[in-house]
Amino acid sequence: MMENMEQDTIPVENLQTVFSLEHVDIYYGDYRAVRDVTFTIPKNKITAFIGPSGCGKSTILRCLNRLNDLIEIFHLDGKINYHGQDLYASDIDPIEVRKRIGMVFQKPNPFPKTIYDNIAYGARVNNFKGDLDDLVETSLRRAVLWDEVKDKLGESGFSLSGGQQQRLCIARTIAAQPEVVLMDEPCSALDPISTLKIEELMHELKENYTIIIVTHNMQQATRVADYTAFFNAEATDKGSKVGFLVEYDNTETIFGNPRHQDTRDYVSGRFG
Amino acid sequence: MENQGLSLKKKPTSPRALFDSFWTGVASLCMIITLIPLFAVLIFVGIQGFRQINFDLFTQLPPPPGLSEGGIANAIIGTLVTVAIGTIISVPFGVLAAVYLSEFSGDNQVAKWVRFATNVLSGVPSIIAGVFAYGLLVATGIVGFSAVAGGVALAVLMLPTIVRTTDEALQIVPQDVRWAAFGVGAYNYQTVLKVVLPAAIPSILTGVTLAVARAAGETAPLIFTALYSNFWPSAPPKGLLEPIATLSVLVYNYAIVPFKPQQELAWAGSLILVLLVLITSVTARIATRQKTY
Repeated sequence: MMENMEQDTIPVENLQTVFSLEHVDIYYGDYRAVRDVTFTIPKNKITAFIGPSGCGKSTILRCLNRLNDLIEIFHLDGKINYHGQDLYASDIDPIEVRKRIGMVFQKPNPFPKTIYDNIAYGARVNNFKGDLDDLVETSLRRAVLWDEVKDKLGESGFSLSGGQQQRLCIARTIAAQPEVVLMDEPCSALDPISTLKIEELMHELKENYTIIIVTHNMQQATRVADYTAFFNAEATDKGSKVGFLVEYDNTETIFGNPRHQDTRDYVSGRFG
Repeated sequence: MENQGLSLKKKPTSPRALFDSFWTGVASLCMIITLIPLFAVLIFVGIQGFRQINFDLFTQLPPPPGLSEGGIANAIIGTLVTVAIGTIISVPFGVLAAVYLSEFSGDNQVAKWVRFATNVLSGVPSIIAGVFAYGLLVATGIVGFSAVAGGVALAVLMLPTIVRTTDEALQIVPQDVRWAAFGVGAYNYQTVLKVVLPAAIPSILTGVTLAVARAAGETAPLIFTALYSNFWPSAPPKGLLEPIATLSVLVYNYAIVPFKPQQELAWAGSLILVLLVLITSVTARIATRQKTY
């Protein structure tokens, strides 16, 4: 397994916290999808969520920028604090939340617009008052896409390859100038070379952003993440599955010397 | 002969091969029979109408009974005007209704009933739309026989097509894209106006042009709304409130009179009508080709 020299091993408690989850239960209608999750996510680090399918890791990720609000039967108990503010308090505007907490999705999903407009969209909806050309260039440079697209900014975002589209989506997300970038399996639809490019990109972005990534690829977690949360799912009496947090620590510990047997089995590939 | 079972050669006389050829033949025959009426109509209208095509056709009024020469310019203008009125009414209402159905309704009970009503409306015979517009605007004396009344009747016919195609076009836009827009902090209206609608525009245009093509050829709803006129329409707004000639009603009127010049004009009118419908259909095709999803 590749070792990552840049990874942090400082205990999470000693770092500045961005999110803190307290006894979070997530329901879809009457069905409880996630139970009793409590942990904190540190600032300017990369935190990975790993675990088998159905363990609720993507669900939790989407709660962090209130994207689950779009699902009508969704409902959350417990507390998610973002810099000490309760994200689910009644006076919180989900739009404001999403402006600060951007998201990159599993499948590259550029807007059916030109490359330029894809990047400019976020700025435009947020009444950006600066130099738009400048913002587009900076964002594309940060996403390491500029050199590949600088001569065809007027072409459709769909004209790019899958890996380029995903970097375009990352550029679009950071153009909205968020503080946190959520990534939901951002490389699962990409080839290994594009994946590597995106992982390198994540290391660069860490300087300025807090990154939270859901991944099915354990090598990816060891390569990019400073901290890793392992989720698992267990069957309930009703026959449905409920996800929960098993273990959360720095990545080295989770993969090298986990406390739980389940974690050990999962990271060594014995199940899931 | 021992290797008979392994032979890979074609056996054109085997029962299966014969059966195969037979059904291929039947299917081809049916296809040709289906195309006969289409081409017969096009060729007949084309030959009969093409002889009458001349400059006067597009610039002159129809001649009085007993005289020859003249054109159908007033009916061409009338068709364009009534269809335009129908489009102006039906497109905003239809598109916005579909936006509500697809983007804001959350598939609630209202949406289910609106979709059902739209499907029912699309099956309503066109003459009923005419009776409706007549009862609403003409019988009550609100506008009388006029381009506006005709336009309203056509709008009623166009609405279901526009609502349905727009609704479908919006639903085809992947959920991912909406989420992406919300993900950068867009409001609902910004997502719909700037991302979802633009992505659906080619399909919406297809629906609108198909609705226009259908409306342009309608006769029944216009007979007792737009009525007919042998004269030039007056300048708007007055012209919009007077009876107006349309191509389809002109064909209907002139095809059955005993005067040769009028009959010839009916043929010419038919050809122009077919060409109009053809052009709009081709436009719809081209619009469809620009589809994003």
